Amino acid sequence: MTDRIPAVTADVLEPVRVTGRPANIWTDTARVILRQRSAQAGVAILGLLLFLAIFADIVAPFGPTQDLRYGDTPERIARLTPPCVHLLGCATTNPQHLFGVDGNFFDVFSRVVHGTRISLFIGFVTVGFAIVLGTLIGAVAGYAGGWVDNVLMRLMDVVLSFPALILAIAIVTVIGSGIIQAQLAIGIVAIPIYARVMRASVLSIKERDYVTASRALGESSRGILARRILPNALTPLIVQGTLGIGGAVLEVAALSFLGLGAQPPLAEWGSMIGQNRNFIFNAPHLIIFPGIALSLTVLGFNLLGDGMRDALDPRLNR
Amino acid sequence: MLRFILRRLLLSIPVLLGVILLVFVLARVIPSDPCRAALQERATDEICEAFNARYGLDEPLPTQFVQYIGQVLTFDLGSSIRYNRPVSEIIFERLPLTMELTIMALLFASVFGILLGIVSAARRNSPTDVVTMVVANIGVSTPVFVLGLILAWLFAVVLRDTPIALPPSGRLTSGIDIRSIPEVWGITDLQGPLRAILDFVSNMYIFCALITGQWGAFLDALKHMVLPMVALGTIPLAIIARMTRSSLLDVMGLDYIRTARAKGLGQRAVMLRHGLRNALLPVVTIIGLQLGLLLSGAVLTETIFNLAGMGKTITEAIQGRDYLVVQGLTIVIAVVYLVINLAVDVSYGFLDPRIRLR
Repeated sequence: MTDRIPAVTADVLEPVRVTGRPANIWTDTARVILRQRSAQAGVAILGLLLFLAIFADIVAPFGPTQDLRYGDTPERIARLTPPCVHLLGCATTNPQHLFGVDGNFFDVFSRVVHGTRISLFIGFVTVGFAIVLGTLIGAVAGYAGGWVDNVLMRLMDVVLSFPALILAIAIVTVIGSGIIQAQLAIGIVAIPIYARVMRASVLSIKERDYVTASRALGESSRGILARRILPNALTPLIVQGTLGIGGAVLEVAALSFLGLGAQPPLAEWGSMIGQNRNFIFNAPHLIIFPGIALSLTVLGFNLLGDGMRDALDPRLNR
Repeated sequence: MLRFILRRLLLSIPVLLGVILLVFVLARVIPSDPCRAALQERATDEICEAFNARYGLDEPLPTQFVQYIGQVLTFDLGSSIRYNRPVSEIIFERLPLTMELTIMALLFASVFGILLGIVSAARRNSPTDVVTMVVANIGVSTPVFVLGLILAWLFAVVLRDTPIALPPSGRLTSGIDIRSIPEVWGITDLQGPLRAILDFVSNMYIFCALITGQWGAFLDALKHMVLPMVALGTIPLAIIARMTRSSLLDVMGLDYIRTARAKGLGQRAVMLRHGLRNALLPVVTIIGLQLGLLLSGAVLTETIFNLAGMGKTITEAIQGRDYLVVQGLTIVIAVVYLVINLAVDVSYGFLDPRIRLR
């Protein structure tokens, strides 16, 4: 009996060799997320789009609103010319336009590439706006409780009792059409989602011992919210936000499609599709290419968001 | 159960008042004078004064709001300034088409979504599963207006002159008429609420033709509905398929499934009779949640396929500053949405006896 004790101690005390770099919460999280196949696909798609957005001026052969008939190399080209790719057998005597030409003599490929910039920007700004306001409302509601909670959350219920696009259309009617206004409208409609997520997190965290300890140490309510509760509520907010970006891009594009968002000749995909929707029967390339770009963007954010949710949700056991 | 429904109904009253208030405020802040928008160049100062007095626009806003609530409670939604007709009449005329479109899209999405979900789950990680889920992911990401336009082009232009060509707009081919239910049943002198209900249903062409056995009109209306239905239903279909698959896979890992297998039941019986029933609960939630998406999407679908439903009416009314129509339509849509959400909550009790509704 006695002779076994040293052996056990020796085993336990065997030094654990630490290999690799010390753990960092951000790289660890990223690694867990990137283990998901959907997240890998999402990152690949978004990487491509980000590349296009950053280098749009180099990738696109023309400006987004450059009339092909004028400029340095004027072309004799007809309106609504379908795509012409020399590699795919289009006569080399014709000027090459990957996605064709639209009704204003603009190169569709250049407009789609430049549109990447606008759509990514729209997605981040709209959801950013909704997250900031939603977090604020949810934090106040959850932390204050009582009538403040009741009033704020009933207000959120009212916003949620409209189908999103219909409320957004009503808001745009009041504040006017335009790309900024459309983002604002979609942002407002999305606020309740983040307010609810944040409130739920605050409610579950605010009774924990370490929060009580902070309060006992005299930390102000604002300090507790910002330094103790918010960091612990971030994960669901970020996951929800990533999933929300795709939806926001879609909804702003829908408003632009209806003529209530981005106004022509801005190279925004929804507005490009809306402007040309009557050409669908004789020049479908004007709809199909911006449409594919739009779907791809939404797909990228959805895949990344799904991957993040699967990786970070502790309820799912793998 | 009854107490739960009553409680939920009472709880939705403040939300409903909030909805009416929000819509009222939104409609009144519209930066345009409804009189000038409606009458345009005919709008002189005197005419506008009379106009404002007639529609109660010269009263202070709180008074207008209280009056409006009183009206809404008696189903009087005011009169459209543009069409010079009661708003309730316009809604009554346009709502059936939107309902028909939404119901068809939801049916399409639920049936095919659940089927695809089951097939995917049954052959987990097989090529069928992978392809289905990739297509579902793409489906979720394709906007209604892109899919709608591409479908219209595909089936009306590319496949023209083939047997599967489909019409890209409208509700019926010109020349084909549909007779309303009272006409077919020979009760045209019927009055009152029953007549109103029959007229309402008659405006849903597919159901009307089905009930009254007008098969030519039925087929034609159905043909016109296919493209809008698929365009509107694809995103919900993809969401439902993904949810069915993951929910079914979760359930199939539980002990009682192993028990069912152990007593010698085949895979099909285990999955469909034991697994599916329990897996459907989250699917029903998701189906209920699709309604907001469908109503939003209906605006776009109706615009693309040129259908005069609620969505098209609301965008037209907003452009024409016809604020009573905007108010009325938005409130009706919000009420429909609230009622459906309540129905979804109640349906849990039937699907899962473990849930005690309080």
